[in-house]
Amino acid sequence: MVIYGVALLAGCMLVGALIGELIGLLIGIDANVGGVGISMLLLIAVAAKGQASGRLRPISQSGITFWSGIYIPVVVAMAASQNAVAAVRGGTAAVLAGVLAVAVSCALVPVLSRIGGEPPPPLEPVGGQPPPPVPDTDVEQSA
Amino acid sequence: MTEVMDLVADVMSRYGLITAFAIVGITVWVSYQLSARLTKGKLHGSAIAIMLGLLAAYVGGVVTGGSRGIADIEVLAGIGLMGGGMLRDFAIIATAFGVNTRELARAGAAGVISLFAGVFVSFGIGAAVAYAFGYTDAVSMTTIGGGAATYIVGPVTGAAIGASSDVIALSIAAGLIKSMLVMAGTPFVAPLIGLNNPRSAMIYGGLMGTTSGVAGGLAATDERLVPYGAMTATFYTGLGALLGPSVIFVAIRAIMG
Repeated sequence: MVIYGVALLAGCMLVGALIGELIGLLIGIDANVGGVGISMLLLIAVAAKGQASGRLRPISQSGITFWSGIYIPVVVAMAASQNAVAAVRGGTAAVLAGVLAVAVSCALVPVLSRIGGEPPPPLEPVGGQPPPPVPDTDVEQSA
Repeated sequence: MTEVMDLVADVMSRYGLITAFAIVGITVWVSYQLSARLTKGKLHGSAIAIMLGLLAAYVGGVVTGGSRGIADIEVLAGIGLMGGGMLRDFAIIATAFGVNTRELARAGAAGVISLFAGVFVSFGIGAAVAYAFGYTDAVSMTTIGGGAATYIVGPVTGAAIGASSDVIALSIAAGLIKSMLVMAGTPFVAPLIGLNNPRSAMIYGGLMGTTSGVAGGLAATDERLVPYGAMTATFYTGLGALLGPSVIFVAIRAIMG
């Protein structure tokens, strides 16, 4: 059943959020520390087990892959509900702080990528990405 | 005629989330058309969609004077729910289904280092910019530095060390700029910094730290990189909120005397 996949995903999220809150409490800050990341690791572990034992059937998996596939539209909605005006109103100091932080962090990516040996090869192009030669086709297929 | 309009508005408001699905769906479709026709697929459809979203957010903010972008227009309030933290995180977690666990483990150390590097570098740059603009006290410098980390770290840090409200507002603005720049700019810098594999995505997430920015930016670059970047980015705000008011504030205060 599709709901099994959705429920599994929901369970992982709730447990992860709880652990994230607990970590926040333990180190004394009022924030969720890594809840999403912990949920992701949980999902990876539980789903792998379920697939191996055959208990997570393809139809149940579709309850997870649907949400993975709806990710980009959700992110578009997220972009559309940002406080863009406040960002611009912050003036030169805010813009400069934001832009420089991004620029320097970007420059560090190739440096840190050398840690732990040669970086892995680029992902195989899927559906012709990037760039997709026929972008109408199924570029939205999930990872 | 106005009655019909009222009726349409009424239905759109009452079915807010459904309206959001329809409108975002149309936006994505238009974006993929633009990508194919105008850029021959060079600029990813999702990148265009995210930029259209940011543009809509700006327009919404100007029109309504609110803080939630286009979602402050009543008939479009559902977009705020669809793009809000709950569904966003739910979808992000779902992308982890089927990730390459071996690569995840191998990139773990680099991911942790990138987290610390990202927090310290962002605080340092933010504090330096603050100093250059005349905010020479340690409290303001640290708070604006926190804003250069993320728009949550800034106010959390500022509140903890007693920054003034205009400095906190400035730090939020800096974080918002960062977040939106990462959302819109990632596909353009990706080829220059080797952002095309799981490990560099994890490092990118750790260095940038803004979950919304990384989530959007990687989606616009290559959807398959999302889980790796999101995985590290999700620890960043917590780490920043931990280090900001403590270690980093103490360090900046020591330097400033």
